[in-house]
Formats: sequence, C-alpha cells, structure tokens
Amino acid sequence: MNLMNPLRLVRRPWRLLAETSALLIAVVVAFPLYWMVLGAFKPAGEIESSEPRPWTLNPSLDSFRRVFEQNEFGRYFLNSLVVAGSVVIASALIAFLAATAVTRFRFRFRTTLLIMFLVAQMVPVEALTIPLFFLMRDFNQLNTLGSLILPHIAFSLPFAIWMLRGFVKAVPEALEEAAYIDGASRSRFLWQILFPLVFPGLVATSVFSFISAWNDFLFAKSFIISDTSQSTLPMALLVFYKPDEPDWGGVMAASTVMTIPVLIFFVLVQRRLVSGLGGAVKD
Amino acid sequence: MTHVTPQEPGVVERGRVRTGTRPPHPRDGGPANGTPPRPRPRRRGGATPWLYLAPALVVVGGLLVYPVYQLGLISFFEYTQAQVSGGEPTTFQGLGNYAELFGDPQFWQVLLATVVFAAACVVSTLAVGCALAVLLTRVRAVPRLALMLAALGAWATPAITGSTVWLFLFDPDFGPVNRVLGLGEYSWTYGRFSAFFLVLLQVVWCSFPFVMVTVYAGIRAVPAEVLEAAQLDGASQWRIWRSVLAPMLRPILVVVTIQSVIWDFKVFTQIYVMTGGGGIAGQNLVLNVYAYQKAFASSQYSLGSAIGVVMLLILLAVTLVYLRLLRRQGEEL
Repeated sequence: MNLMNPLRLVRRPWRLLAETSALLIAVVVAFPLYWMVLGAFKPAGEIESSEPRPWTLNPSLDSFRRVFEQNEFGRYFLNSLVVAGSVVIASALIAFLAATAVTRFRFRFRTTLLIMFLVAQMVPVEALTIPLFFLMRDFNQLNTLGSLILPHIAFSLPFAIWMLRGFVKAVPEALEEAAYIDGASRSRFLWQILFPLVFPGLVATSVFSFISAWNDFLFAKSFIISDTSQSTLPMALLVFYKPDEPDWGGVMAASTVMTIPVLIFFVLVQRRLVSGLGGAVKD
Repeated sequence: MTHVTPQEPGVVERGRVRTGTRPPHPRDGGPANGTPPRPRPRRRGGATPWLYLAPALVVVGGLLVYPVYQLGLISFFEYTQAQVSGGEPTTFQGLGNYAELFGDPQFWQVLLATVVFAAACVVSTLAVGCALAVLLTRVRAVPRLALMLAALGAWATPAITGSTVWLFLFDPDFGPVNRVLGLGEYSWTYGRFSAFFLVLLQVVWCSFPFVMVTVYAGIRAVPAEVLEAAQLDGASQWRIWRSVLAPMLRPILVVVTIQSVIWDFKVFTQIYVMTGGGGIAGQNLVLNVYAYQKAFASSQYSLGSAIGVVMLLILLAVTLVYLRLLRRQGEEL
C-alpha cells in the first residue's frame, strides 16, 4: 500500500502538521456542500437571518415541499435523468467502437483522425450554440429532449475516445490472436472479450459525459424555449433564483436535489475513476 | 556498483552491457527510453475499422464539424432577428462583422479580461491541486480519505448549483463569510474585481480536484525502486522532487495544464449565474458570455458567431502547442 518510501521518513511533528492541515482543508472544501444541505433544511426564519448559524435546531422540509410543489419538478428531474442516461450509454458504446478502431487497426488517415479528435475537444461548446440552434430549428428538434441529447453525445465523444484509447491498448494483442485461433468471430471478440476488459475505462469516461449532460444549462436555456414540459433541472433551479429577491431556501433545496444523483454516481465509480485517470495519463 | 566510463560504447543495465541497437522490448513504452517504439504489427482489417468508426464520425461530423463550419459561415453574413424570422434575405458581409467587432473597444476589454481571468484560474487551480496531491502522499489513510471525499464532492457539484451555493455563502445579507470576516454588508458582486475574485474562488473549488486526483495518481505510479535508489544515493527530499519526480510527472502536468487552460478559458455558467449575465454594465463579461449575449440577448447572431470564431482560433493555437509538447515527449498517437 504505502510505496512512497522516502515519504514514510517524514518526521513525526511534520506528519502531524500535514495531517491536521489535510483535515482542515477537507473541512473547508466540504463546507459549501454542508452549507447547501443545511440551508435546504433550515426553516425560513433562520435562513434569512443576519446571524447565520452553522447548525439548525428545527430542521424543516418546507423548502423541499416548495421545490416539489413547483409545477412539474418531478418531470424536470426525469427529463434530466433521461438526457444524462442516454448520453452516457450512447457515447460509451460509440466511443468504445471508435477507440477499438484507432488502436487495434492500422489504416490510412488514422493519425489524422486522432489529431482531429484531439482538436475537437478544444471546440468551445458554447460558441456552437448559435449554429446548433439553427440546425435544431431546421430539423424541428427545438423543444425536444433530442436537441439536448444529440449535441452532448457529439461533444463528449472526442474526449471519451481519447481517454479510452489507453484502456483498449492495454489489452494484449496475444489475447486477440488466441481468440481468433479458438475460432471466435471479430464481433464475438469485440463484445465478449474486449468490452468487459475495457469496462473500467468506460466507467471513468462516462463520469465526464454524465457531468456535462447533467450540468448543462446553456443548451437547455437556448433550445427549450417554449415547451417547458421538456425542461431540465437547471432551469427549474433558476426559477427560485431571482437576482433581486432570491428564495435561498428553495435554491438550496433544489441544488441539493440536483447534486445528490451526481454525488451517488461519483461515490459508485470513485475507485475506478482514480485508477482510470491514472491509467489514461500514464499511457 | 558498476562504474561506467564515458568511453564505453553501450549502457550498463543490470550488469549487462547493451548496445544501442537492441530492438526495444514491447513492454518498455515510447517516452521512457530514447528509441522510438517499433510500430506493433496490426491488422489492416480492410473496411472493419471504418465500420467501427462510422457512428462516431456521423455524430461528430453532423453535430460538431458541421456546426463549426456554419459558425464560420454565419460570421461572414448579416444575420439578425430580421433574417431569422424569415423576412429579409441574408447578405454577404465579407469581413464586415469582424471589422465591427475589432473596432469595438468593449471587445478588446472583454478579451483582455478573459485572458487574465483564465490565466489566474489556471495558475491557482494548478497550485492548489498539485500542493494537495503532494499533501495526500504524506498523510495516513484517514485524513487522505477525508480530503479525497471532500474533493470528489466539490468535483461532482454541478456548476450551476455550485455557483448559487457560493453566492449564498458570500451573500451580503445572509451569508456566513461576511459575518466571519466582519465585512458587514459588503457586496462581492458589485465591484468588478471582487466579482471576478468570487467567480475565481468557485472555479478553483470545482476544478482543483481533477488536478489533485490526476497528479496524485501519477505520483503513486512512480515505481518505489526509483525513489529508493535515489535515497540510497543520498539525494535530499528536494533533490528527489526536482530531479526524479518532476521529470516523471511532466507528461501528466502537461495534460492537466492544457485541460485547465481549455476549461477555464471557456467558463460560462459561473460567470453567467454569479454575476447575473456578465455583471453590472457588462463589467464581468468573458468572451463566451459576451458571444452568447450578443447572439441571444441582442439577436446579433453574426457578431456572436464572429466572437465564437475568435475563441475557436485562440483555443486552436493552444491545441497546437499541446500537440507539439506531445510530439516532443515522443508519444505514439
């Protein structure tokens, strides 16, 4: 476990200092999240008080009730889940196929394609809102969830392919040869041998596509213009946030509801994420 | 210890002299040893790779490459509300939109603000991320887990909820920060610099975890023998960091730096939400928000597109630097 040998020699008082500061920093970093959840549970009188206290003695569910009573909040939540879910699954499958193609085959334009995928990562998504808006309008996709799903798949693919490359590369060639000698077809090798082996990498990659789709605020704001039944969570959150007179309790409760699924997702994939990132960049 | 004289033709490795012509072992990858790796024998596969690539190419081509082309096209035309709602024909403007943009002092002010703000974000994020990654290697399991979990929480927080929560923390009336610092009803979003500073804090908070986790994973991947050997040779802690760890971490540092530059240059949600769409009289605009406001708030789609093209070109330049650095490290694409 502890391979960092010279670091084990750190002298005792120093280690104590390091550990204390690590804990203190952890508290500071976690504090905004704590304050968010606390704000969601505080009764109205306490949240809008000029003497904010870091605890509450009478937690209440009023703010959550206000959030869920807002018309169709559950629907927005579901929409957000549908968008993020489709983006994660579609981009993982498409990226897996593409990463296999660029790492396990040699063909013309391979390097050109890889460089293009790298360059595509830099494209500022926000700048493309304008042409995408016209594209969606021309295909009658405005006000549909598809107008949110499709661009997010496109934008998460280049990074996903780039990252998965390392994982596909790590599967030894010999395994592939052995599979073919044993009579496996190409698609059988692809889905029954390669796919399970690359799965941890897919999980690490999907974190990024999930976050970008779940957090999206610009596309939702620009493409869902009249049909609010197709809205997603960020828009619902902004209902409570009026610059002059924000309903802080409502904002904090809605923020909590919106953050929890991502936190759950992160906790689930946490281990694979750390090793996945290490693997991707080590390569 | 084997003594290597400069005249010796080969390199001594585990007591065995090897000459420079030894074909690289498939396992020792490209960057570590000087010789470029021999391309592995790979199937040509005929149409199969293109079949695998087809879905990706269709989606990326239709929803990324084509819109980029459209963006460039719109920036050369007159495109306002009149053309969008269908009445008037679009007219070719040549470089007219760019001339208008470059003649507008606000554009230069926003460009400068974007560059300075992004640079400040990148430097702070990298400093905090790397420092904490080092700290993580020096503590035992419990504090490490605590810091890791807190960082993952910050990372997982959606930009929009993060923005509202930080606004609430710094709220002049009900926020705890002003109480603790004794600032009374000081409004952070009123002044230009304090508003930028507040956004910077939020950006660093949600983006340092990526740097920290990646660099930490990189440090952990350094083989223990290398560090032991350095220590046995009497290298000081500082010397180990400078001469052993830093060069080994270089590829990772390049990746996190470039990613941070790209992310921080494109910050949108934080500025839009925290400064209410670009601050009082647009004092906190960055290029991204500026383009959006031009296009969707004042319906000057062609001007917005021209700003988008400028951003695209700047980020393209960053990418080229990245590619050069990758090449120099001898990474095989």
